[in-house]
Amino acid sequence: MKKKAFKAALPHTLPICVGFLFLGVSYGFMMRSRGFSFVYPLFMSMFIFAGSMEFVTANLLLSAFNPLYAFLLALMVNARHLFYGISMLEKYKNTGFKKFYLIYGMCDETFSINCTVDPPEGVDRGWFMFFVTLLNQIYWVAGATAGALLGYVIHFDTTGIEFVMTALFVVMFINQWEEARDHRPALVGLGCSAICLLLFGSSYFIIPAMVSIILCFELQRRMEKRKETVKS
Amino acid sequence: MTMTTTQSIIIIVCVVLGTMVTRFLPFLIFPEGKEPPEFILHLGKVLPYAVIGLLIIYCLKDVSTSGTYGLPEAIAILFIVFLHKWKKHTLLSIGGGTVLYMLLVQMVF
Repeated sequence: MKKKAFKAALPHTLPICVGFLFLGVSYGFMMRSRGFSFVYPLFMSMFIFAGSMEFVTANLLLSAFNPLYAFLLALMVNARHLFYGISMLEKYKNTGFKKFYLIYGMCDETFSINCTVDPPEGVDRGWFMFFVTLLNQIYWVAGATAGALLGYVIHFDTTGIEFVMTALFVVMFINQWEEARDHRPALVGLGCSAICLLLFGSSYFIIPAMVSIILCFELQRRMEKRKETVKS
Repeated sequence: MTMTTTQSIIIIVCVVLGTMVTRFLPFLIFPEGKEPPEFILHLGKVLPYAVIGLLIIYCLKDVSTSGTYGLPEAIAILFIVFLHKWKKHTLLSIGGGTVLYMLLVQMVF
């Protein structure tokens, strides 16, 4: 049963494999070039297992010690998982002991497969989703560790390599912009953050930015609700 | 590195906790498919878009004090936008943008 599920899951994860190896290697290599031992990307990719947040954590580790800020930033950056979780409540039901791992390893790419792909006839859904999750995590951890190890062997001027994080987010922004019909959420994020950066400065702007983003969305939701009630 | 190993571990644990709260919370509070409050559902829909904007600003937060007035960053970002609109290849855009930025800060600025 497990073998069949593994065989069914593998082809769906291959495109993710290419992407994760590339990004993972860049991440591990960047960590090494910023002075971290390979143990850091190894454990961070294994335990945090949320790509964007791992890049951000590299920055957190190089700035002043502030655990609460790290926790809040992780909550905010990963808030999208709440939505994934809500969508997977039904699908992850009755998966037994695997459920813990399915939730633990639910990154964007794993969610997108488990949410949209139905396993072929006769394949156990729980094990199928388990292997999708596991394979994707293996690609990511392997990439990150390999990247960091490469950093010990290959030496060249790596000044500016941290820009890989900015590049990643810019590309994600464009991809989201093109798939969304409503551009207001993206603009709210960019706008609130930029204004807060100007007002509060680079050391203190993140928390005000998070608060103002959430307030904007709550205000928008209430206004739309009121409009609807006026209409009806 | 500025932190001690213990401090680094605490930071990583906090990030793991924050991440896990976002993954496990829905399953803990809505065990039997109970409908979550509208406020949370709405945030789940719109936050993913806003957070990427926040992260871009986060990456660029120290640009104004870097001495190059953000020029290499601006050029590299424009290049990424152009490359991505043209080829629509995520990994190529990330790789190309990073390499261009590295060349700019190492050789031009």
